[in-house]
Amino acid sequence: MFRSLALLLLAAAPAFGAEPELALKPAAGHELVENNCQICHSLDYIPMNSPFLAQKGWDAEVHKMIKAYGAPVDDKDAQAIIDYLAKNYGG
Amino acid sequence: MLSRREVLKVSAGAALAAAPALWRQALAAAPVLRPDLPAGLGAVAVLDALPGKRPLLKLSYRPPNYETPVSYLDALITPNDAFFVRYHLAGLPEPAELEKWRLRLGGPGAEGTREVTLDQLKTEFEPVELTALCQCSGNRRGLASPHVAGVQWGDGAMGNARWKGARLKDVLARLGIKKEAVEVVMSGADGPVLEQTPKFVKSLPLWKAMDGNALIAYEMNGEKLPYYNGYPARIVVPGWTGTYWMKHITELQLVTVPLDNFWMRVAYRIPQGKFAQVERFTDQETDQSMPITEIVVNSLITAPGNGQTLPAGQPLEIRGLAWDGGYGITGVEVSSDGGASWGPATLGEDAGRFSVRRWSLTLPAPKPGIYVILAKATNRLGESQPNEAIANPAGYHNNPVQRAAVTLT
Repeated sequence: MFRSLALLLLAAAPAFGAEPELALKPAAGHELVENNCQICHSLDYIPMNSPFLAQKGWDAEVHKMIKAYGAPVDDKDAQAIIDYLAKNYGG
Repeated sequence: MLSRREVLKVSAGAALAAAPALWRQALAAAPVLRPDLPAGLGAVAVLDALPGKRPLLKLSYRPPNYETPVSYLDALITPNDAFFVRYHLAGLPEPAELEKWRLRLGGPGAEGTREVTLDQLKTEFEPVELTALCQCSGNRRGLASPHVAGVQWGDGAMGNARWKGARLKDVLARLGIKKEAVEVVMSGADGPVLEQTPKFVKSLPLWKAMDGNALIAYEMNGEKLPYYNGYPARIVVPGWTGTYWMKHITELQLVTVPLDNFWMRVAYRIPQGKFAQVERFTDQETDQSMPITEIVVNSLITAPGNGQTLPAGQPLEIRGLAWDGGYGITGVEVSSDGGASWGPATLGEDAGRFSVRRWSLTLPAPKPGIYVILAKATNRLGESQPNEAIANPAGYHNNPVQRAAVTLT
């Protein structure tokens, strides 16, 4: 699982150079967030938009990623992602 | 169980990538950020050099969003290797793919279709060179109060350059424009990671594309465009925000109905009635909102830096940049006492109405104390900077009177 994710990330990386590995706060749900969000973007977007986004703000962002950007995340995972972000990166 | 980091280290592909990653981390340095940016930005913003670029302020690695440190904006022209980088989606083009570059022209509003090579673009159309500011709509989004979601830009999502290219007008006229055409749809070589993500595609109203200033630029400050600024050719729309300046432009389609996509209908919009925009994109407006178009009148204090301590009794030069959407800056008022009194700054070289204008004012022998410096630009329309940024959902058009406090001892 992790290996395939790593290869997927490399395939999606910019044409040259590699991005340094970023990590989120190690709390329940962080792997779910890392595995989903990193498909399309690096994790720096999350701390960058903190701590001012609270539960409602993270809910709106996660649903924007799903509805506007087509992130393949089901409802159950979406809620767990929102909860992790609000708890660890919320205001 | 291996941690994710260890897994990445041992996977074959990642091992190849490890060397540049280490090199880049060695370069990474913690910058001093404005205190009014989101607190969380400090954990991720580092000075980092993309290939071909000097260390810039990295906000996100993928897609790459890097802003220009203000020190590089203390000049009329922003160096190519210090020019800010902004991508919406992380499917960046392979450099080899760009060497086979062609511009495809057509669409239901065109008389035919055509492909143009870089050589043809340079030789079959009159080259034009102009100086213009490229400013991200969301420059200074990070200073919005309250904060709004998005890339948390400080002051450096902007750069001023001399752009050389073919007039968009000449290229479209050569193609042939049907009378039903209303917009030009612009698409570049970069794309999304996932198929279902809407590709970053934007349109311009035909009248704007035909105004004679919009370019298909292939040179920036006398050199080819940097990869990260749209090599080999990008659209330049002087006076309008960066969202229309499509990078790596590969396709121009004349259309007979307004473009209906996420990037036009949902993103890059401002509420109706909040901002003075003379040039409007009316066929994309609704009762509630309109596309962002013109750059609003604005300024930046490049020296002294906020929070600096400097010697009293010595001349103190206060300087910076002022700009607008192409009407021209007529003056910059500067205060050194928090707005109690104001004096006119001396304006620098006029490099054309789409360029930034430098300004300066020197206090000959300031006494010790705390000086609250303010700067406020005015343009030929009489528009000036508001005291507070005008709140809007995406944090666009952040142009309040600028402030820097310094202590002289």
